[in-house]
Amino acid sequence: MTDTLTPVLTKNWGSDRSWTLDAYRAQGGYDGLRRALTMAPTEVMNEVKDAQLRGRGGAGFPTGLKWSFVPQDNPKPKYLVVNGDESEPGTCKDIPLMMASPHTLVEGVIISSYAINAHHAFIYVRGEVVHPLRRVRQAVREAYAAGLLGQNIQGSGYDLDIIVHAGAGAYICGEETALLNSLEGRRGQPRLRPPFPAVAGLYASPTVINNVESIASVPSILAYGKDWFTSMGTEKSKGFTIYSLSGHVKHPGQYEAPLGITMGSLLDLAGGIRDGHQLKFFTPGGSSTPILTGDDLDTVLDYEGLAAKGTMLGTKAMQIFDETVSVVRTTRRWVEFYKHESCGKCTPCREGTWWLVQLLAKLERGEGEEGDVDKLLSVCDDITGKSFCTLAEGAVACVTSAVKHFRSEFELGYTTPAWEHLPYEHSALFTVSSAPERSEKEVAA
Amino acid sequence: MSEPVSMAEMVTLNIDGVDVSVPKGTLLIRAAEAAGVAIPRFCDHPLLDPAAACRECMVEITDAGNGRGFPKPQPSCATTVAAGMTVKTQKTSSSAADAQAEILELLLINHPLDCPICDKAGECPLQNQALADGRSESRFDGAKRQFPKPVPMSDLILLDRERCVLCTRCTRFAEQIAGDPLLQLVERGAKQQIGIYPEEPFDSYFSGNVVQICPVGALTSSDYRFSARPFDLTSTVTTCENCAAGCQIRVDARHGEVRRRLAGEEGEVNEEWSCDKGRFGFFSARGNDRVTRPLVRRGGELVPTSWPEALAAAARGLKLAEGSVGVLTGGRLTTETAYAYSRFARGVLGTDSIDCRARASSDEETQFLASRVAGRSFEDSVHYADFDAATKVVLVAFEPEDESPNVFLRLRKAVRKNGLVVETVAPYLSRGSAKLGATLVPTRPCDVVAAVSGLSLDGSTVVLVGERLAQIPGGLSAVVAAVDASGAKMAWVPRRVGEIGAIEAGCLPGLLPGGRPLTDEAARLEVSALWKSELVARVGLDAAAQLQAAADGSLKALVTAGVEAGDFPDPQAALAGFDQAFVVALESRLSDVTDHADVVLPVDLLEQTEGSFLDWEHRVRPVKQVVANPRTPMTEIRVLAALSEALGADLGFRTSQGAADALAALPAWQGTTVTLTAVDPAPAPPTGVVLSSWRELIDDSRSLDGADSLLDTARPVVARISPQTLRVEGLATSSYVRLTGPKGSVTLPLHVEPTMADGVIWAPARARDNTLTQLGVCVGRAVTLAAAPGPKKEGEE
Repeated sequence: MTDTLTPVLTKNWGSDRSWTLDAYRAQGGYDGLRRALTMAPTEVMNEVKDAQLRGRGGAGFPTGLKWSFVPQDNPKPKYLVVNGDESEPGTCKDIPLMMASPHTLVEGVIISSYAINAHHAFIYVRGEVVHPLRRVRQAVREAYAAGLLGQNIQGSGYDLDIIVHAGAGAYICGEETALLNSLEGRRGQPRLRPPFPAVAGLYASPTVINNVESIASVPSILAYGKDWFTSMGTEKSKGFTIYSLSGHVKHPGQYEAPLGITMGSLLDLAGGIRDGHQLKFFTPGGSSTPILTGDDLDTVLDYEGLAAKGTMLGTKAMQIFDETVSVVRTTRRWVEFYKHESCGKCTPCREGTWWLVQLLAKLERGEGEEGDVDKLLSVCDDITGKSFCTLAEGAVACVTSAVKHFRSEFELGYTTPAWEHLPYEHSALFTVSSAPERSEKEVAA
Repeated sequence: MSEPVSMAEMVTLNIDGVDVSVPKGTLLIRAAEAAGVAIPRFCDHPLLDPAAACRECMVEITDAGNGRGFPKPQPSCATTVAAGMTVKTQKTSSSAADAQAEILELLLINHPLDCPICDKAGECPLQNQALADGRSESRFDGAKRQFPKPVPMSDLILLDRERCVLCTRCTRFAEQIAGDPLLQLVERGAKQQIGIYPEEPFDSYFSGNVVQICPVGALTSSDYRFSARPFDLTSTVTTCENCAAGCQIRVDARHGEVRRRLAGEEGEVNEEWSCDKGRFGFFSARGNDRVTRPLVRRGGELVPTSWPEALAAAARGLKLAEGSVGVLTGGRLTTETAYAYSRFARGVLGTDSIDCRARASSDEETQFLASRVAGRSFEDSVHYADFDAATKVVLVAFEPEDESPNVFLRLRKAVRKNGLVVETVAPYLSRGSAKLGATLVPTRPCDVVAAVSGLSLDGSTVVLVGERLAQIPGGLSAVVAAVDASGAKMAWVPRRVGEIGAIEAGCLPGLLPGGRPLTDEAARLEVSALWKSELVARVGLDAAAQLQAAADGSLKALVTAGVEAGDFPDPQAALAGFDQAFVVALESRLSDVTDHADVVLPVDLLEQTEGSFLDWEHRVRPVKQVVANPRTPMTEIRVLAALSEALGADLGFRTSQGAADALAALPAWQGTTVTLTAVDPAPAPPTGVVLSSWRELIDDSRSLDGADSLLDTARPVVARISPQTLRVEGLATSSYVRLTGPKGSVTLPLHVEPTMADGVIWAPARARDNTLTQLGVCVGRAVTLAAAPGPKKEGEE
């Protein structure tokens, strides 16, 4: 295992007009596709399987194994759907990738579709990110013009069409079955499983749904081989990935490194916490993953390392907070996000987040009563394990982990408003002319 | 949804320590019921696809059948059984019990808890469960979600969004069962709510079902709102009288007055559904036109009198007629009452002129009914279940959604679950047919015979024939020929509830009870021995012939039971007949017939009587007394018995049970039956546009009087025409069309119907204020069309 940066996906981000086909080709783009088209689809699938690429969207499911679940004897068409609905608080990797190098994604889509015998692929992009959306669409147009898409790709006899679809602004549509509903023009709410998408997904046909980064990792595997890929990372978490760092670090941004780098090393690469401050807590994989604290700098950032700490690698989105930050306020704002984004389908998520926000706001205002922290945990327990999909699990994880690490700070909410002992202006990353008044609206129930 | 599986494939699992065997594919919640455990639920409904949205039915699965359990509780409404599964419900698992209690707590945090003013209180699953398993005090002290309320979903259905638990039973019903996906979820998160598109209210013929399946008081009907508490109601399970589908209903009455009607649970017929006509159309006897005392005509006026005097007056008039009497029984009588009329006509009055068809009919149909419908047992008839087994159902002159809504629902279920193919011989693809995914055989009414002859049928096909086919000469002959040649099953589906029973009772000329031909001597002798009276051997007149003979003076008297002149194809001719003859009307309400009657004998309402109907499948459907029977009016059978006595004869029974026993005493007929002589089709009109029409479910039927909210949901009254005919007739720039026949005109808004056969104009038969009988022309004949100005707007000259 190494600790140094390994730019693969991000390698060309800095080059001139990196999003164009010419620039991408100049970097060796579409070499992976050329090799893939000389192989049988099952060989491509096995290459990815043997590379032990795991899903980069959060769950870490082996990508090649997922592909192999598609029943090839099913007479219906097979579909590849790429999940580009990146909306998790803190997560910022797919959007910059689509912005800087959309052809990496398009090449990955072609190779992956070829591997599962799909002739239609869909890229579902978060609707708010108009600029990356345009870049992906332009890349697809260029690929068609260059004969990389459409009929008889590069003389291989393989046909593929890509449809780029913009979402309409719902976090839940990042959940794969809600995404399929949305793509079909239905209400974006998760579907019952079974049937699983691999058997009956988009238009009730066998469907593979992969994250943008997972698919974007495929061309390099084909270009440089599985052995190259498995030479990076840890025993069970192979390869490289993009970590996105935000918050109180000196140099926030995307850092591509092998899986298994420690939090401390990553923080060093980002220049450390802003001057004069110390790390208080951070999310390892976006706000849905239980938080860790300044005591967890030795954490190994791979699937297993974070599971060992009772949390998850998730989307590798480190939101980093120093000692000036009120964990009560942060948690309240996260849960407000989940309340706003709950699709409403199931009771625990719809009603539970409604209640949690009110409890947290009360504690933040210093109006809590004795026992409210236990009630907070009890409501979390009402929700945990009962919701239809994992959205609510994420909403609860940040609360329970925050209380676990900072219970006394929550209990301070029985007597003192959070902004009195941790003035909010102290955590601002930039200097403001005068201390902002606390917005009434912001902490209203 | 899981594929249908044969009952033979059983799976054994363990629920709360008890081994149960259930068919493969069964959902856990249903398997638990088999084991005697009721798992609380809100979104689950056995007839809807699972949603797993409310999360109330959580159970612990310690072994999924593969040796491994689930770490988290699972929704039993969406988990199918597996062999060797071990399940612990709230009875044996604290994890399941806790999960259920927690979900209940969450469901209640935003609930208004306004049970004291909620219609559902007393029969509310949420209330019951909160009482049984909920906390006595809420831990929630925050702000509840608030909405303005109620908001109308249609003229019939109102929504209280604060009470709603978002189980989506209503939206799933609308989409999956009714096929009217007009109720939808809108907004998201805690703001999620049931809603409609503002310009498309939830106008479905089946909308009332959502009120019944709502597990809270969120959906209420405008008719029943705030009118009673469930625990003050007396419930009676009986049969709906609005069509021949045979739906079981539950009628709830308070202080002797019906307050609401609900769908009953009859798995083989209506499952758990009813149509809005059956549910909301029960106000017609509440007007000031009820007949409660006997009336006789004196000096041109009907005046109240005593029973003995009225019976004497009726007997005097009927005696004077000396057997020249016709009996018109309508189509809404119980089988027992129809049998009483059959016996009264032949055994007491000495006439075979009896007909239950207050509608267009023909000699061809009389023969068809006598040969193909009468004398059938339930066992050798077509049933609802046959839709599930059939590969194809063909509809001929039959629009199930309008004319037998439950047939529509069962067809739609078979289409959705079993891939049934529906084909319809019709002028256009109606909304109902479109919802069945039916293939249209576009046919002008005058071309039905050719279309039927061209159908591809086989032994796995079911042909459903509507009563309207009698309007097409040769239509029934063609169906019989096609069915006989192919071995397809065939059923005749009348609109009115009592027609099958009346046919079995012998309320057709030439047809004795049980399908016995009057012309068969053995049949006559058998009946005559039972009735202890001589039977006239001469075949009598059908309804149209009776009315014509009455008008020309050759028929002296008429006895009517619940008929109206407007029911007949030519109401003016009918009225002429009623005007000329001595008319004894047995009626519960004043009508255009009582206006011409010489004696009116009041009879009680269906809800006050007992008996039975035969639905279109020849299934016996019990009719139970809902409200107390007042001493006057009397039951129809009792009145007929008294009238028989006044005529010096004995009807043989005085009660519904007596009539039922007498009918049952007749053995099944084994002798000859009437044969159908094939009729040739009539030639198509050489010129002009052909009229097509049928009655829509909600129209000017007198049985819907007073059901104002229901009437507001009637479909817009329009005349439908194909784009091609529109051009040919020069109507392209017109928004209204005037239809003209020999006797008059009707002006209707024009609607271009792309699927319509060319050369046809369709209009509803009995729309309010626009009855097509005004035209003086029947279906299949030509009418002339002209562009017409729309109705004048206010302020216009």
